[in-house]
Amino acid sequence: MAVNELTERQYCTFYLDGHFLGIGVKEVQEVLKYQYMTEVPLADAEVAGLINLRGQIVTALDLRKVMGLGPRQGKLPMNIVVRSDDGPLSLLVDEIGDVVEVEKESFEDPPETLEVSFRHLIKGVYKLQEKLMLVLDLDRAVFSLVDA
Amino acid sequence: MTSTTGDSGGQIPEEVAEFLVESYENLDRLDQDLVTLESDPQNHSTLSSIFRTIHTIKGTCGFLGFEKLEKVAHVGENLLSKLRDGVLIINPAITTALLATVDAVREMLAEIESTNQEGNGDYSALIATLSRLAAGEEVTDTPPPSIVEEVAPAAPEATAEPETIQTGASAFVFQRKAPSPQPAGSAPQPEVASEVEANTPPVEDNVEAAAVASAPREEVSAVAEAKVDHDKEKVPAGSSVSDANIRVDVGLLDKLMNLVGELVLARNQILQYTSSQTDTSFVAASQRLNLITSELQEGVMKTRMQPIGNVWSKFPRVVRDLALSVGKQVAIEFEGRETELDRTIIESIKDPLTHLVRNSVDHGIEPPEVREKIGKAREGRLVLRAYHEGGHVNIEISDDGSGINPEKIRANALKKGLFRADQLDKMSERELVNLIFAPGFSTAEKVTNVSGRGVGMDVVKTNIEKIGGTIDISTNLGEGTTFKIKIPLTLAIIPALVVAAGGQRYAIPQVSLVELVRLEKDQAAVDIDSVYGAPVCRLRGNLLPLVYLCDLMGTSTAKIDDDAVNIVVLQADERQFGLVVDSVVDTEEIVVKPLGKQVKNVDVYAGATIMGDGKVALILDVMGIAQRSSVISEVRDRKLKELSTSNESESVERQTLLLLGVGDNYRVAVPLASVDRLEEFSPDVLEWAGDNQVVQYRDSIMPLIWLSSTLGVPAASDPDIASIQVVVHSGHGRRVGVVVDRILDIVNVAMNLEKVSIKSQIMGSTVVNNRVTDIVNIDEIVQDALVSFIDSNEYALSSYGG
Repeated sequence: MAVNELTERQYCTFYLDGHFLGIGVKEVQEVLKYQYMTEVPLADAEVAGLINLRGQIVTALDLRKVMGLGPRQGKLPMNIVVRSDDGPLSLLVDEIGDVVEVEKESFEDPPETLEVSFRHLIKGVYKLQEKLMLVLDLDRAVFSLVDA
Repeated sequence: MTSTTGDSGGQIPEEVAEFLVESYENLDRLDQDLVTLESDPQNHSTLSSIFRTIHTIKGTCGFLGFEKLEKVAHVGENLLSKLRDGVLIINPAITTALLATVDAVREMLAEIESTNQEGNGDYSALIATLSRLAAGEEVTDTPPPSIVEEVAPAAPEATAEPETIQTGASAFVFQRKAPSPQPAGSAPQPEVASEVEANTPPVEDNVEAAAVASAPREEVSAVAEAKVDHDKEKVPAGSSVSDANIRVDVGLLDKLMNLVGELVLARNQILQYTSSQTDTSFVAASQRLNLITSELQEGVMKTRMQPIGNVWSKFPRVVRDLALSVGKQVAIEFEGRETELDRTIIESIKDPLTHLVRNSVDHGIEPPEVREKIGKAREGRLVLRAYHEGGHVNIEISDDGSGINPEKIRANALKKGLFRADQLDKMSERELVNLIFAPGFSTAEKVTNVSGRGVGMDVVKTNIEKIGGTIDISTNLGEGTTFKIKIPLTLAIIPALVVAAGGQRYAIPQVSLVELVRLEKDQAAVDIDSVYGAPVCRLRGNLLPLVYLCDLMGTSTAKIDDDAVNIVVLQADERQFGLVVDSVVDTEEIVVKPLGKQVKNVDVYAGATIMGDGKVALILDVMGIAQRSSVISEVRDRKLKELSTSNESESVERQTLLLLGVGDNYRVAVPLASVDRLEEFSPDVLEWAGDNQVVQYRDSIMPLIWLSSTLGVPAASDPDIASIQVVVHSGHGRRVGVVVDRILDIVNVAMNLEKVSIKSQIMGSTVVNNRVTDIVNIDEIVQDALVSFIDSNEYALSSYGG
């Protein structure tokens, strides 16, 4: 199997407010534990702060805020650094899951039961054996913020 | 010409050295271009490039006073312009003549480099040839030996200058090959030239040549390979100007720059670590590291920096030519030529600047007759100014011309259908003027061939914005226009002041720093005051507007030792303001890193940097802060203007009102005439007299009335418990203090009272600053209050006489 095909089907998964979500591994640069962040007063609410990523300053977005979910309780967030046209961008999530491989056939449109504000940021759902993985639409959820 | 000794003939002025380096590079390209052009005569871009190069050389040597060189370049340029305009088609004769021109130029440059003089070479033959070619005379189809075209005719008359040995040798070869010189004007064939090169004289020839070296033959080098001279025997002991410079890929410089940036950060980290160390050898080593890093950083920075004068140098010519062609007189002045900018930025502002300069000459400055009529000097003045400010480089282009008429702009925008009339009505003058940057806009009544060529101001604006800059116009009708370009210093390392506020560190570029002021608690209480609701500080007799960084950022102050106020006095535009911070941490060299798009739109940040401890700190944009906190704002300026030029002939009654805030969100106003004084009391001084709260004020007891409770407005949810704002009113033989939550502003408004409220204390409502504001009848309130006050306190007060 070509490497390309394999990576197309691999997803980096994470948890967010009880939801199990995934981002294509090709879009992910790296995954980091909690990093110190410098807050940016007056910036949009989604902007959690700035991270020093090996000398590069990376903006961290709180994915909970982006997705319209409630605030995180207790635990420190983890970083998923994704590549964007504007350089790397860090997404704060509750917890990191495994890299999973999916079967094309198991893909379905986002369930109607999801709240609309949340659903339109989801590309679709993969039915994994034990649970459902929601595929995050990075373009809509994250990169579109950039132009706003 | 000097001999082979090659002494460098003393000091070459810097501008000449620059000219030489640039010209050598250009000449090398010219050789290639000319050959390309010959094989592809229709190639317009090559032709234009050749033309530009010769033109540049001509222009610069005219400026530097090298007349002979200018003359040669000039005839070359004439010929080229004919080619460019399609009057002539390139042929081998022309190419050869042009190559000869290049060689002649090169020879003179070499002479200038070694002696700072043009030398005594006689180029009249070359000039004659070029002129004839330019005149379109047929000079082709002459026999091949025409190589001597320049050599031979000149030879007999040439005198004085002994040529260098090597050149002499070549010349000798030519002469042997072409013993009978053709009349000047015949064109040498390029093949012959290469043949000559191939036939570089053997040793005997050299000897022979040496023997004849004293013979006059200076035109020789016009054809001879001057380069050969350079590369071989003739190279002087000291390296020549062109050898002392190399061209480096800008990408490589960028990479070096980034690495140095990283090194600076690593250095900062080590220094921080060092401060806790006692090992002297380690401390010494890190200090050395510190020094070397600083020097390295400076050096690498310099490689990329160029003075803006490099771009400006061509403007005198541009302005002169343009002014002549449109019949105007314009003098151009420069300020801050030495202001350095990153090379890439210099490159990208070249065209916008040129456009603006042309625009000012073409549209801004009036014709001499018009100027005279309106009492201006016949000669217009164009000033280019560059300076560093607040981590930015500002470039201003000002003319003393007619200014921009907003009405004209409005009419034009309407005519062109860019905006609707109702949209335009809402625009301020400033916004109207800025419409000239709208795509598809041109105010020139007649489109000249100079500006108005379709490349509009919108392109200028786009180009400047592409490099993260901004452009702004200020114009006074009849007095002139100033364009101000502001370019950020990204990719740069700058000295900064690090301050803390609300538990965060911020870096402030030192260029905008004026001074640091620390007021001890007692002093602060005296010096910090409030004018129209805005905090100010009395600093050496002047009022300095204050901005509290914590308030601005919406963070709570983390200040523990509340005994002193730290004020960072900053310069924004022409105004100063004080930024109140929790503490001043340090000064540090910081590497400016750009912010991601998600935070770029926040105007108070200029970028971010990584501090010694590896954490990120935001760099404050001083102008952005000033604007956001309206220390500098158009609204305020307008308001002040309104106040000062309040219209007496106004039919509506105008009144000056004191704006007050009561409760959380309620605004009232009282006529300023009914206000005695504004006072601020500490809650500690409140005392009771009967059922009323009073204060001792000017040796008497002043009763206080809470306006919120009088008007039945809920009290403010976060009252300022540290102080009580009081409006003192005197009436009925007694002073009464009316307590309000906030004193907001003093405004001068047209009173259009509408009776909305039925409360007797409200005289009516009007709109002030887009907000409905109730006008309070303070006299009635006070009277009501006094009645009850006196009733209940008759006894208590009987001994005080009011």
